[in-house]
Amino acid sequence: MEILVQQIVSGLATGGIYGSVALALVMIYQATDVVNYAQGEMAMFSTYLAWTMINAGLPYWVAFFGTLLVSFAGGVLIERVVIRPVEGKPILTIVIVCIGLLVIFNSLAGWIYSYIQKPFPSPFPERPIMLGVVVFGAHDLGAIGVTLIVLAFLYAFFRYTTLGLAMRAAAQNPASSRLCGIRVGWMLAIGWGLAAMVGAVAGMMVAPIVFLDPNMMAGILIYAFASATLGGFTSPGGAVVGGLIVGVLENIAGTYISFIGTELKLTVALAVILVVLVFKPSGLFGRAAVHRV
Amino acid sequence: MAALLEARALHAQYGWTKVLHGVDFAVEEGGITTILGANGAGKTTTLRAVCGMVRTSGEVRFDGRNIAGRATEAIVRLGIAHVPEGRGTFVNLTVEENLRLGAYGRSGQAGIAEDFEAVYRYFPVLASRKRQLAGTLSGGEQQMLAVARALMLRPRLLLLDEPSLGLAPMVVREIFRIVRTINRERRVSVLLVEQNASIALGIADNAYLMETGRMVQSGPAEQLRQNDAIRRAYLGY
Repeated sequence: MEILVQQIVSGLATGGIYGSVALALVMIYQATDVVNYAQGEMAMFSTYLAWTMINAGLPYWVAFFGTLLVSFAGGVLIERVVIRPVEGKPILTIVIVCIGLLVIFNSLAGWIYSYIQKPFPSPFPERPIMLGVVVFGAHDLGAIGVTLIVLAFLYAFFRYTTLGLAMRAAAQNPASSRLCGIRVGWMLAIGWGLAAMVGAVAGMMVAPIVFLDPNMMAGILIYAFASATLGGFTSPGGAVVGGLIVGVLENIAGTYISFIGTELKLTVALAVILVVLVFKPSGLFGRAAVHRV
Repeated sequence: MAALLEARALHAQYGWTKVLHGVDFAVEEGGITTILGANGAGKTTTLRAVCGMVRTSGEVRFDGRNIAGRATEAIVRLGIAHVPEGRGTFVNLTVEENLRLGAYGRSGQAGIAEDFEAVYRYFPVLASRKRQLAGTLSGGEQQMLAVARALMLRPRLLLLDEPSLGLAPMVVREIFRIVRTINRERRVSVLLVEQNASIALGIADNAYLMETGRMVQSGPAEQLRQNDAIRRAYLGY
């Protein structure tokens, strides 16, 4: 029983991270119909920036928020410089550009920081926390908390601010948004910036668990795809719930189904993608896409 | 009266297809001007050209300034509100959020709050549905929402594209009555594009007749209504 609860909590912790990356994917997908394959590598690169700042002697939280700022600016810049020229081009063109970004960030990180794994600090105490008879890792609980804070922040931003409203409008109906005086291009760029920020948080939360190296987000991106597919690519809330489900499912399958163990965990994610696409392609909370042809 | 909006030799094209072939027209300050014409004459394109939504050449002067070639969002911020064909409703947002977006280009919370009250007074049905998703409104209510959203900009010029399209005659009369009221009370000049010639000539001060991308006749609305050829072709009696 204790093992089950522990597995669920640590599943929720990694699930929150999958959910955050999934959320970043969904934010960009909803605004531009583009799946940003480079989301994971952008997050990895942000984490390296945080590592550099921490190694330069900055306190953790200064580095944390500094990384968020730089990531936001970087996301905006990437949209303006790289994505903007291919806006409205065939979807394959944009996919190729995103994959190009993925390779560039991966190689750039390897070139600057080498491919050797680096430890990344957690802001939470190392001492495990006892709740009743169950022992939890402080980092797991902290990561869940950080994920929830990010979610609450984004929800409040999109729900209550005029800028958030304008971004939702620009994603839904660009022509009408322009007629309201909204600079649609900039809304998309800000969307990329926010997604890069969310990804950076996920990167900094996962790095203490998996260690920092240029390939650390490759697997997580697949889990994030599974999460977004499960929750529905059109539903930001669904993406996070999907992440939590995938995280827990993965842990429980790894613990209780003997042949899966730790080696075949990633297969769980791929199985989730397959099952969802076959039986409910719009996901648990998504809307079926309707296109005029 | 002085012209608030004036187009000279306005050309527009979609890709290689030219749609406007040198259109001239003017909208008088404080008046209602209508552009009549059959399907495909270029009426919608004329409105889109004013707002920079198509590739154009030629001159469009708003309040004396040439606005041709500017970005749509910049033109809108000058005080030109466009109610597009098909209403442009944000169907997944609430009625209130749709209206807030209408005021996006403005600053000054007090003025915006005033205008919320004003549009709810013109369209009481919107007030009772402000928390509802706009996509759940009827066609007539969505058209009212589109006009109300445009008013939230506190525009000097209102461009209306086929507000009667697909609506019951009673709803159409109601909307045109409100447009007339808005024009008088708030001194908003109106450029109205309409297929329903009789109702458009009923509220307009000036009218233009458009055929295949050119203005072929113009004059006071009353005069066009008396014109035999127009009566037979567009009014049907």
